[in-house]
Amino acid sequence: MSTADPAPDAKPSGFGRGSGDDGKSDPFEAPEIAGETTRLPLWRRKPLLIAGFVILTAFVLLAVFGPLFVSDPRVTDTANTYEAPSPDHWFGTDKFGRDVFARAVHAARLDITIGIVIAMAAMVVGSTIGVVSGYFGGWVDEGLMRITDVVLAFPGFVLALILVAAIGNTIPNVIIAVTIAYIPYFIRLTRAQVLSERELEYVDGAKLAGNGRWRIAFRHVLPNSMGPSVVQAALVAGWAILTVAGLAFLGVGIRPPTAEWGVMVAEGAPDIMTGQWWTALFAGGMIVLAAMAFQFIGDDLGAEGV
Amino acid sequence: MWRYLGKRLLISVATVVGIVVIVFFIVRVLPGDAAIARAGPYANEEKVAEIRDKYGFDDPILVQFYNHVTGVFTGDFGTSIRTDGDVFDELMDRLPASLELAFYSVLLAMLIGIPLGILAAARRGTWIDGSARVFAIFGSSMALFWLGLLLIYFLFFRLRWFPGPIDRLAIGTEAPQTITGFYTVDAALRGDFGLMFEAFRYLALPVITLGFVLAAPILKMVRASMIDALDSHHVRTAKAIGVSGRSILFRDGFRNALLPVITAIGIVFGYMLGGNIIVEFLFAWPGIGRYAYSAIQVNDLEALQGFVIVVGVLYVLLNVVIDVSYAWVDPRIRLGKKVST
Repeated sequence: MSTADPAPDAKPSGFGRGSGDDGKSDPFEAPEIAGETTRLPLWRRKPLLIAGFVILTAFVLLAVFGPLFVSDPRVTDTANTYEAPSPDHWFGTDKFGRDVFARAVHAARLDITIGIVIAMAAMVVGSTIGVVSGYFGGWVDEGLMRITDVVLAFPGFVLALILVAAIGNTIPNVIIAVTIAYIPYFIRLTRAQVLSERELEYVDGAKLAGNGRWRIAFRHVLPNSMGPSVVQAALVAGWAILTVAGLAFLGVGIRPPTAEWGVMVAEGAPDIMTGQWWTALFAGGMIVLAAMAFQFIGDDLGAEGV
Repeated sequence: MWRYLGKRLLISVATVVGIVVIVFFIVRVLPGDAAIARAGPYANEEKVAEIRDKYGFDDPILVQFYNHVTGVFTGDFGTSIRTDGDVFDELMDRLPASLELAFYSVLLAMLIGIPLGILAAARRGTWIDGSARVFAIFGSSMALFWLGLLLIYFLFFRLRWFPGPIDRLAIGTEAPQTITGFYTVDAALRGDFGLMFEAFRYLALPVITLGFVLAAPILKMVRASMIDALDSHHVRTAKAIGVSGRSILFRDGFRNALLPVITAIGIVFGYMLGGNIIVEFLFAWPGIGRYAYSAIQVNDLEALQGFVIVVGVLYVLLNVVIDVSYAWVDPRIRLGKKVST
């Protein structure tokens, strides 16, 4: 309502950004006052971004150095099964007496790596296809877009699921399958960006300077079209962790006894019904926290996540 | 309008064909021997050869493809190796359970997402907006299985407010006679409100799990499109001539923001068609998602393939309905004009 018109930071990016008529200038609207917001320190302007980076840094440190300090995640101890969390076993022990904390730390290395690898791979492949599709147009574009439409007609999780089921339960296969499920997002995003970018004058300039089509597409247009994709990649890394864990939870892809968060939740889920909540809930919490860190970053940078 | 509808339907038929082709490609052509998978780990060579012959895995790939496609379009999805039943029939038996779960989950998501989205847009930049934003991020980074387990632990195991994750009704309780396939509706139609209440109690936890996660994208979409609408010139004019705040919010704001919201609900349904495997497995809900889960466990690719095709077709159909209703409401779309949404 009228009173709620916020002051200078009227259009917070990401979550807030209305996507409407960007191009049209509005003669009645006062220009936004830039100085007011930029004077605030970064953590005031983008608190979620900072929070996301802090959590993510913690996870990366945990993934890199954590395994050096905890015990072997595979060691079983049948005398001490289902111990509640204690100073000895921070997250308790599971049905084989394995230390849940040690397993969760080792899993961090696997899950965080997988999430980032998938996001990067999907971004590289998707942007490459997107720039070819958008810059060259014609039947190549038409064909690629139709394929993208069909792939997007699947819920991504289902696509990844059937891919892994068909090609086999290994970690590389999971990475490939989930990457394929996310590639279309980057194709669409890059293509849309390229379509507007290729009309700009510097592209004409590059042509006049005698650059070939491929060179212009990849050396000039692509780098200028990558912005939204890079931001999207942050969100995708988070989703990829959720997807991989979800698949593992269903027994697809990464299997026990691998220390992986989704596997740990799957193994611990039946214990909930007998009251041993720690075997599943800690690992699940790590998944959500890691995904959230990526969401914070992507959201504050203005990704169009739905 | 009719031309638009025709064009839209043609595209969706093409998409469905594309889905069938891709699924076939994934299941049959990618490395991995369907006959060996089907024969199971203890089969000898003879058995494998027999299966290969029986299901035509020895035929040229194009012949297999032709048989598969004609099969799918006549409702023949093959036979499950797990149950030895007809995949199409088994999926159709289980579909109502999934649709009931889906329906109430999306309903709950809308009941949470739409008011919060309107509120966040109306109070843009305040703490209310900020909390809505954090809530949305929470929702989109939530793992369905973790939330489900939390709810089971606290609301069932600890507090006993809701029944445990067993089925659509307690064991021994007779299901209402099938009219729509929705237990809640069927029970109500037969006047058995006690049974309806029971059905709702069993629905509660899975619906809360899905509804919470699905509320996030709806909230985001409502907020963004509300802000677009509230920033528009007609709203400014309405303010200038003194129209009341509430009237602006709902008549000028929400009504114009409704179209993108329809799209969001479509996206949400699509998401759920994948997420329901996790939720149905977790809550032992006897729908197509759990059918797919069971198929995965024994590498029953035929059944899994049937599930994927059904999900793909549902998703495409839903998008047709959404696009058409969209075009019906907004003439710019059916006339092929570019619309900024």
